[in-house]
Amino acid sequence: MRALVLWCVDWPVVAAASQVPDVDPTMPVAVLSANRVVACSAAARVEGVRRGQRKREAQARCPGLVTLPRDQSAEARAYEPVVAAIEALAPGVEIVRPGLCAVRANGPARFFGGEDRAAARLAGTVMALGIECQAGIADGVFAATLAARQGYADPGGRPPEAPRNADPGGRPPETPRNIVPAGKTPEFLAPFPVDALDRPELADLLRRLGIRTLGAFAALPARDVLTRFGPDGALAHRLAGGAEERPVAARRPPTDLAVRHELDPPVNRIDTAAFHAKAAAEQFVSALTERGLVCSSIDISAQTHAGEWLSRRWRHDGALTVSDIADRMRWQVEGWLVGATLRGEAGEAAGDEGYERPHGITVLRLEPAEAMPAGAFPTALWGGPGEHDERARRAVNRVHSLLGHGGVLVPVLAGGRGPDDQIELIPWGDERTPSRAASPWPGRLPAPFPAVVLPRRRPATVLDATGTPVQVNGRAVISAAPATVAINGDPPEVVLGWTGPWPVDERWWDTRYARRCARVQIATSSGAWLLTVEDSRWWLAATYG
Amino acid sequence: MSLALAVLAGPSSSGAWGAIVGVPEVGVLAAGELGVDLDRLVLIPWPSDAWATAVAALADAIDVIVVRPPAQVTGNDARRLAARVRQRGAVLLSLGEWAGADLRLTVTEQQWHGLGDGFGRLRARSMTVRVSGRRAAIPREERIWLPGDDSLAPPPRPALQVV
Repeated sequence: MRALVLWCVDWPVVAAASQVPDVDPTMPVAVLSANRVVACSAAARVEGVRRGQRKREAQARCPGLVTLPRDQSAEARAYEPVVAAIEALAPGVEIVRPGLCAVRANGPARFFGGEDRAAARLAGTVMALGIECQAGIADGVFAATLAARQGYADPGGRPPEAPRNADPGGRPPETPRNIVPAGKTPEFLAPFPVDALDRPELADLLRRLGIRTLGAFAALPARDVLTRFGPDGALAHRLAGGAEERPVAARRPPTDLAVRHELDPPVNRIDTAAFHAKAAAEQFVSALTERGLVCSSIDISAQTHAGEWLSRRWRHDGALTVSDIADRMRWQVEGWLVGATLRGEAGEAAGDEGYERPHGITVLRLEPAEAMPAGAFPTALWGGPGEHDERARRAVNRVHSLLGHGGVLVPVLAGGRGPDDQIELIPWGDERTPSRAASPWPGRLPAPFPAVVLPRRRPATVLDATGTPVQVNGRAVISAAPATVAINGDPPEVVLGWTGPWPVDERWWDTRYARRCARVQIATSSGAWLLTVEDSRWWLAATYG
Repeated sequence: MSLALAVLAGPSSSGAWGAIVGVPEVGVLAAGELGVDLDRLVLIPWPSDAWATAVAALADAIDVIVVRPPAQVTGNDARRLAARVRQRGAVLLSLGEWAGADLRLTVTEQQWHGLGDGFGRLRARSMTVRVSGRRAAIPREERIWLPGDDSLAPPPRPALQVV
């Protein structure tokens, strides 16, 4: 796999110098971390400043040296526009570390008409930003990095990293030094000292073992290297042999698309939050659009002042637009804020001493949970989710976020015999599939169905004309015609008509859901009732109110 | 309850959305039977403290909302909610007393048919519905059959009703 590496020369120096006014990377500058030089500018190198020197040692060599502390986050921040510029020409940039990134060489080489041209073009793009940059191409990122460094003509005259017995494979003379021909990578790597692996401990050990070059290291049997040096040593061995550890990512990881919006001061008000949500959503969608992606499901998270992270995923039937996302963020934040306020009032009302006022939101974050190429979601030409349905769904989504999952239910028809079995309530947002198929269920309750199905059945007393309790035996034979019915101790009502009993013996094979009862419909002057007899007792199950 | 579902069924069968808030015992099967589109029905059985907020949010886009107002709902809250519902052109059906309702539907008398003495089954009911309230200066009564009668006129919108 051919890799093209773009190496920004002395990137820590460039990034650190950009943070400080009146400091220029062309001046003798050294960046220090833990009192050691980690990078220095070319001008400092001319004076003899080297990596790894102590601060005093470096200053002794170069009295005019400007020393700066290392700021890795600034390095990463300052590198972002460089990556963006590279990505405009070559997609699939993988950042190895700030100052060093890799792309697959095949695409740009084909597009620009040759690897050397691609390398020159991409390096030129970065140079146009005013940053010194060198490109290198080889089989694998590691070798390409070395090639890029080698191609850099350092005015300070670096210690010779270049191979002494260069070009054993007969490289065509016109190929630039920074491009290693395909298949020649092991030969290219062989003369480099083991320090090039950037593993100081391993390099030190190898040198003491008499192994001074990558070629000598690569010549060792892989199995022995693994036993002696462990997995990291084995990886280094493969690098030295010119085998890449993994291919350059073809696509940027989706986390790069996440948008983070800091809110300072913390937001307690919904309208302020909505304002921020709009801005974040616009940023989010434009970032997606630049990459030719649309998002059908997003994770919205917020951090409260107390450091607590709240997160919820929103799914959508189609591509989410800016207003869709802004709406969802607003609802979500509103839900959190209102929920916190409600809990807060409850806590205060209860006189809870340890209760704290709800905290504001300090960070809003948007992350695509599912992103796909634009065009996968064309809007339906005929029909499709209508405007009205869409609005209704949005309103329900809002209530859903307010009450939490399971607060909003949608009914689906399911299989069953009783009035409560034939409907299944599914939380909003879940898939609307009933657990029991709605295929024929012989013995189901006939229509019309009761308008009130009691969540908890109420005990009833059913008496016959002589005042003795009516009973239904195991063979579903009723002892006498019911004459009066009293529900839960209410005054008895006269039965105007009745029918049944309709026996039900369900799921006798399953001890948990087994049910054996008989149903009786009774009409009185105040309405019609559905009574059940279970375990020789009467219950009111539903009313036809 | 059947009357409320029947009123909900009219708009629902023509594509409107319905919501039932704070009525955990509603017989959804009966609602479907009376003509309510179950794909466009949402239930919020236990809204707890967020009752008013939930109804106000639903009123944005849901056309018919059946509610049972909690006992502690104040006249002020009710008025504000009613104003919002009216502004959005939605219909609020309240199961229970609602101060200042536009229309008040009361079942004065009902009778079930189809049951004998130990035989038959419930088939239909006839009920007398009394319409009164601010929008009905002269209360009138109508006898309707449920199920099986389409004579129920769609409710005037916007309107607040008490069943």
